Amino acid sequence: MARVVVVGAGMVGAACAYSLARDGHEVTVVDRGPVGGGTTSRGEGNILVSDKSAGPELALALRSVELWRRIAERLGADTLEWEPKGGLVVATTDETLGALREFATQQAAAGVSCEPVEPGDLSGYEPNLAPDLPGGVFYPGDQQVQPVRATAALLYAARIDGATVRHGVEVLGVRTRSDGQVWSVECRVDGAVVEIDADAVVNATGTWAGDVSARIGAPVPVLPRRGFILVTEPLPRVVRHKVYTADYVSNVASGAAGLETSVVVEGTRGGTVLIGASRERVGFDTTISYAVVRTMAAQAVRIFPFLDRVSLLRVYTGFRPYCPDHLPVIGADSRIGGVYHACGHEGAGIGLAPATGEMIADLVSGRSTFVPAEPFSPDRFVFEAA
Amino acid sequence: MPTFTFDGQPIPFRPGQSVGAALIAAGIYSWRVTRVDARPRGLFCGIGVCFDCLVTIDGAPNQRACRAPAADGISVTTQRGTGHDDLAV
Ligand SMILES: Cc1cc2nc3c(=O)[nH]c(=O)nc-3n(C[C@H](O)[C@H](O)[C@H](O)COP(=O)(O)OP(=O)(O)OC[C@H]3O[C@@H](n4cnc5c(N)ncnc54)[C@H](O)[C@@H]3O)c2cc1C
Ligand code: FES
Repeated sequence: MARVVVVGAGMVGAACAYSLARDGHEVTVVDRGPVGGGTTSRGEGNILVSDKSAGPELALALRSVELWRRIAERLGADTLEWEPKGGLVVATTDETLGALREFATQQAAAGVSCEPVEPGDLSGYEPNLAPDLPGGVFYPGDQQVQPVRATAALLYAARIDGATVRHGVEVLGVRTRSDGQVWSVECRVDGAVVEIDADAVVNATGTWAGDVSARIGAPVPVLPRRGFILVTEPLPRVVRHKVYTADYVSNVASGAAGLETSVVVEGTRGGTVLIGASRERVGFDTTISYAVVRTMAAQAVRIFPFLDRVSLLRVYTGFRPYCPDHLPVIGADSRIGGVYHACGHEGAGIGLAPATGEMIADLVSGRSTFVPAEPFSPDRFVFEAA
Repeated sequence: MPTFTFDGQPIPFRPGQSVGAALIAAGIYSWRVTRVDARPRGLFCGIGVCFDCLVTIDGAPNQRACRAPAADGISVTTQRGTGHDDLAV
């Protein structure tokens, strides 16, 4: 069994620790901050198959929804606020409805269950929807968790399987043996530099993975993509499923640098309704943009007219970790033996975490992976740079 | 003296007073029932920060009584839960 240091106590690091500890590895999770204090506490908890087109990310998502189901069974749905509520994607124009239906047909061929919803049936799914929408598609497989609670629950389970979780530990780099294998992880703790012996290190530092991978000496490109979330005052249950507009589908896949907004509305256990999500590439700028907030609010009111009678309590922002090709980096780094990356999940790191953790554990334990790992390999950047 | 009503009862106030101050002066300390455990609530911080003092004014829920200026003829009513029960599905 290997001594594995997982860097990052966010959703992805927690899922890696969970799977590695179940395999019997000696796992230490380190984070410079608290549990889930990074992007994991800055987004929403949508676990979506509905927004992904056929390809490697969809394969990872389909595996993840199955694993989330098992995790909820094992650890208790309430501890994660896991809800298999399904997703309703609505079109606001006939044109987007056509594009959405075509997209859904391709997804169905790739194994996604989905059902077209006629305009007259929309209110049966969501009574508060605007009455004039041209139609939509329902995806029963979409789920939701509370990301920070899910992260804490997976770390708790990992600790029961023997893992250690340490906070206030900033990773500075790794030391290697003469044969190039990882020997230890160099960290700063209370101002002092300490080493943690390790056979393997997993870089699960999300939006900071570009920086941390460079410190380790095995750089991968991970960049920030800003998003705002609007939070309403607490309400009774007003939205049953996750509801979003079909524009989201085209935005996610888009490579455009500018602002993209398309509205995602979800209710939470706490009663607040979350309205997401914008996408902008503006570095790590945390300034609230009222123009963006206004656009998002208007889009939300377009599909749920009652929202114009509801107050917003606050707006928060986060930075999605994205790679230039919009696929996460999961796998062994060929430059330093024992270095693994599990980062760059962009707007789907919560959803994709369990299948990522499983893949890392399979690779560290020397098994073949459930989902083909090759498309996620860090080598795509190594050989690009060479 | 100008007055507003609280659950139908006339409440006199001095110009410049908040709804919350006028209610306290009239001996009323609670005007909201919490959404989870149905506990009574009124002023807590008194300065617009804590949102404990929410109340319904002229049908609009979730107004901070400590910030809302009292005005002649407005109708203030006890708020139960989120104040938006009509939206539940
Ligand atoms: C607005 C918005 C909405 C989103 N909505 C969704 C959604 O609905 N569904 C979904 O699946 N995803 C969503 N996401 C994306 C999701 O939040 C991220 O993909 C996910 O949280 C990434 O998790 P992570 O564990 O990789 O990173 P993080 O949670 O950021 O964890 C990385 C950790 O690494 C630590 N760290 C960094 N550097 C060091 C160092 N040198 N030493 C030690 N520790 C270090 C940090 O402190 C941090 O805790 C959204 C994101 C945003 C911004
Ligand atoms: S009493 Fe605190 S906001 Fe009114």
